[in-house]
Parts: sequence; structure tokens; C-alpha cells
Amino acid sequence: MENATTKIKTTYREALKQGLREALQNDERVFLMGEDVGRYGGAFAVSKGLLQEFGEERIMDTPLSEAGFVGAGIGAAIAGMRPIVEVMTVNFSLLAFDQIVNNAATLLHMSGGQVHVPVVIRIGCGIGRQLAAQHSHSWEPFYAHVPGLIVLSAGTHEDARNMLHAALQSPDPVILFEYTFLLNMEKEIPAEATPVTITKAKVRREGKDISIITYGAAVYKCLEAATELAKIGIEAEVVDLRVLRPIDETTFLASVSKTHRALIVEEAWRSVSISAEVSARIMEKVFYDLDAPVQRLCGAEVPIPYANHLEEAAIPQVNDIVNTVKKMIHHD
Amino acid sequence: MSQSATIAKPMEIKKALLLLYQMLLIRRFEEKAAEQYTKSKIRGFLHLYTGEEAVAVGVIQAITEEDNVLCTYREHGHALARGIDADVIMAEMYGKMEGCSLGRGGSMHLFDVSKKFYGGNAIVSGHLPLAVGMALASKKQKKENITVCFFGEGAAAEGEFHEAMNLAALWKVPLLFVCENNLYAMGTAIRHSHSETHIEKKGAAYGIEAEAVDGMDLMAVIDAANTATQKVRSSGKPYLLVCNTYRFKAHSMFDAELYRAKKEVDEWKKRDPIPTFKNYLLKQKWITPAEITAFEQKIETKVQLAVDFAEAGTWEPIAELTKFTYSENKMQ
Repeated sequence: MENATTKIKTTYREALKQGLREALQNDERVFLMGEDVGRYGGAFAVSKGLLQEFGEERIMDTPLSEAGFVGAGIGAAIAGMRPIVEVMTVNFSLLAFDQIVNNAATLLHMSGGQVHVPVVIRIGCGIGRQLAAQHSHSWEPFYAHVPGLIVLSAGTHEDARNMLHAALQSPDPVILFEYTFLLNMEKEIPAEATPVTITKAKVRREGKDISIITYGAAVYKCLEAATELAKIGIEAEVVDLRVLRPIDETTFLASVSKTHRALIVEEAWRSVSISAEVSARIMEKVFYDLDAPVQRLCGAEVPIPYANHLEEAAIPQVNDIVNTVKKMIHHD
Repeated sequence: MSQSATIAKPMEIKKALLLLYQMLLIRRFEEKAAEQYTKSKIRGFLHLYTGEEAVAVGVIQAITEEDNVLCTYREHGHALARGIDADVIMAEMYGKMEGCSLGRGGSMHLFDVSKKFYGGNAIVSGHLPLAVGMALASKKQKKENITVCFFGEGAAAEGEFHEAMNLAALWKVPLLFVCENNLYAMGTAIRHSHSETHIEKKGAAYGIEAEAVDGMDLMAVIDAANTATQKVRSSGKPYLLVCNTYRFKAHSMFDAELYRAKKEVDEWKKRDPIPTFKNYLLKQKWITPAEITAFEQKIETKVQLAVDFAEAGTWEPIAELTKFTYSENKMQ
């Protein structure tokens, strides 16, 4: 018999699907809607088979109508449902940006606390599949800028599997970023659902020499870099932010106070980014604990190009992380 | 005078008088609001409903307490017709804690969830997808209620209008779209903003039954709204009711009205819905001039009491500035 500690090997895609399936099983108010989530099986096959399992009422194919169906998800949430709205890519989510920012994020406030919007909007995000400038970006910072939203980033299989459940318990709107680049990657995770918080960052690897603070598709790259660094005697601590709004500064500040060095890694554009915010908070709160200036590795400030070598050069890679850390602790 | 409906039964006289009372109350309330605006008691944008009273009063009389109502930023009249007290509306416009949105919304964002009144929405057409979602929730929850969504003809030029119409028809949800066509989107006349100025014709593209009605004639609006709501209830499908009307006042308090001739406004004032309905009731001998005077005196007192209530209201402590950005109770 399986117990909670039994581990299984699973893809990120399968982890997402299992999270969705359980959400639909656990609460009859939950339904999934989005483009091609039903008959097509999901643009990235995440919801494949769910239509057959749960029927058309629970798995709703929508027209290409992002403002319309995201708005409808917000309306259904106001009226007592628990919709999960899937937006195929973060680029397309801008067509629904009005609904998310002007409605979902403001209604509670404008109504003096009367109107709750418990909607979960899942957005496919990330870079690295040669999909060019209109299908691949890391635009978490746009959403993380907005008070009223809860912005989550599932950078690991554990979170892909478990964040949705936590998100559905929130009375406030949740934007959940999932990473298409990770879909086929296999990892071991507990077989059973594991409760996760959606308020705290998480230390994914402990270390004493430097804090690498990251999120999203860069988490595994940072962990890989940390493994490389360990071979030359550098113990890097990797902090996965996970929650981009409201950001949990306690966890990364504690880490920096311990290691005295911070490198922030993200795939989003550098200017006005999550890393800019994290860096500012480190300066404000733990400046005197630092042994070296905070450094950042971010996405190049360019629309994502198609050509493979240019696309790779547009975001931080494992080598870049390793080399930057070496420089920061004078190991080069 | 062409009356398309008759209120024949004596038992409905009481209702007819109530509707006259509501129109008179809205008219006087708006005059008082403008007065308070010039005294700088009310700030921000203030959009008056003067001239359009028959639309809100005629449509809202056709719905039940269980039905959802969503409006535009020109919604004081709808709020009053829905039974939200003049006191809390005025207090809201003052920005006081006693306001129906606790002073967080102002004139454009009146909310009262207990009355199923969901704004006060000020992104033109942004609330139409919400209305679709609320109607979808009713359908999923197998509730009997319908959703009524008011919007101006300006909104019908937005993409969200078309997406909402398509989704409502596609998903067969019980939603009454009420277009309040007052001929001007701020200062742009309908002939400059719509290739097809008969808004009701846009219903056909989505397979939505539609009708246009003289929005200056309360009896006609009552008749059309009763038919429309009955159809939405029995079919479970959307319906588009276009009420052709006119605002007698400027778009907002900042509008110098350069875009329309005074003569045009004067012509429309001859069709003022209030004297029209008043005269009808007098002719039917359902009301006496003395009773009308008594109504007006009662309203004068009520509106003055609303101002007194707002004046006596309290300012929210600045320490509570960020309240209602997120729900206080984190789990639902």
C-alpha cells in the first residue's frame, strides 16, 4: 500500500494534470475553462482526458476570446463558483489584462470588501521552445506589480502538483504561472498530494556561501548550477521565491543574512523586474550583512528571438550562473 | 402620447405610483448631487442620470430580489431603483465610511451585494464578461435567477461587448443585456462611432433576440422589460434590449458640451419621461396634483437627509489605507 512518502517519477505535465484532476474531484464548484482544454486535450496536453472523465459542464472549451472567458471566470467566481481559467500563453493573457487588473484585482477594494473573486487563472509561461516573440516570454513581473492579485510561480514538479489546490482555497484572485519548457521533464515527487503554502518562499537547497534567489523556469537551472559549484567547494543556497505577490521577503532576507552574498536569477527582462524588487529589499533591510554587492542575471532586454542560439543567449543558462557565482566569491 | 403598455389592474396602481416616486427621487437626487459637487463636497467624476430615469426604473421593476444587476459608472439611478438607500449612496459619493462601498468606490462604484447590485463599473464594457460569468454560475448552480447588465451604446463598440454577446449565446446563459443608448459616448455621437447605429441589429450576428424601445417612455420600457425578462427566464438564453434615451446633462461635471447643440437638448427635453408618466397617471386619475406635491415634499426631505447623513459621516482612518486589497479571511 502506498503512503505519503512513496515517490513516483512524473513529468511536470502529469503533475499539473493530477493537480487539476484532484481539484475537480474535490469540489463540485470547480470547473476548468479555456482554449482547447477539452476536445483537443489542452494545447500542451495538460488536460488530456479530463473532458472524458468530467464532462462538458466541468471542462469547457472556449472560443478565442481571452477578455470574454477570463471575465466570465471572474464573474462566475463572484457568483459562487471556483473556476480555473487556463490561458494558453502569457502573451495571450494581455488580451485579458483589463479583466485581470481592472476587475479581478480591484472589485474587493472598490466594493469596500463586499465582492470576493476566488478565481484561479493558470497561464503558460516561459522561454526555450523556439516559439519566438509572440509565444514565449517571462512576464510574471507585469502581474506581480498589481495589488489585489496573488501571483504564484510553479518552478518545480512539487508545486506543479500541489499549488493549484492551495490556490483554490484563496478567496482572492490567483495568477498561477506554469512553465511550458518544463512540461516533459521528469522528476521524483511524492505520489500523494502534499500540502504547500502559497504565502512563503522555499529554500530548495541549503548552503552557506551564497544565496541564489530565483523563481520559475530558472529554479532547476540554479539547482544544477549549485551542484556544479559544490564540486569546487562552493555551497550555494537556492531560494525559490514561488510567491511573487505578496512576496515573502522574510525567507530570502534570512538566507542573505546567513550567506552574506546574493545572486538573483530570473528569465524576465532586467529592468523593473522581480530581481529589481528583491535587490531593493536586500539593500533596505540587510545591507550591512552583505560581503559583496548584490548581482543579477536576467533575461536580455529583447523580444525573444526564434533562432535557437539567440534564444539561449537571451536568458541565463547554468554556465552563466556558475561563472557569476565564482566571480562573486573570487574563485576565478 | 403612444403608450405601448397599460397598467390596467387597480392592484397595480400602487406599483405605478412607486415608479413615479422612484423617477422623481432619482431626478432630485441627481440635482442635489450636482449641487454638492459644485460645493466640492463630492469630487472625482460625477455622471448624472437625468433624462434617462425611465430606463433603470422600467427595467429594474421587472426583476426579482434574486436577480443580479451590473451597471455602468452612471448608476445612481439604478442603485436607487434597486432599493439602495439614498443615504448610503450620498455618503459613498462623499467618500465616507458609511457609504455603500465604504468610501472606496465613489460615484462610479456603488456596490451592495445584499441587493445583488454589482457596481458601478467604469471600464466601458469591462463588466459585460462578468455578467456572462454570473449568469453562467446561475446555470451551473441550477438557480432560477437571471442577470441584468446595463451598458451604454459606447460599450457596444468595444471588443468585450462582442465577446460577451458571443459567449452568452454560445453557452445559453440567462442574461439580459440592456443597452442604454443615449446617443453619445462621452462627446462622440453614435453616427461617428458605429457603422450600424441600430444597436439591436447586432444581436442577430450572435443569434440573440433583440428589441429596441423608446427609453423616454416608462410604459414602453416596462412592457419591453417585462417581455424580455420573461423570455430570458423561460428560455434560459440571453436577450438584448436597447433603450433609446438621452441624457439631459453633460457627460460629467467636466464636460463643456461642445459636441451637441442646445436646440437638440431642448428637443429631447420635450420628451422628458417624468412629465410624460406624471400626465398619464393624472389622466387616469390614479394620482392627484396634491399627491404629486406630497411626493415631491417627501423626496425633498429624503434627499436633504441623505446630504445630512453624508455630512455627518466619518472619514476612514488612514491607518486602514490598504484594507480590502486582500480578503481578511484567507480561506474559503
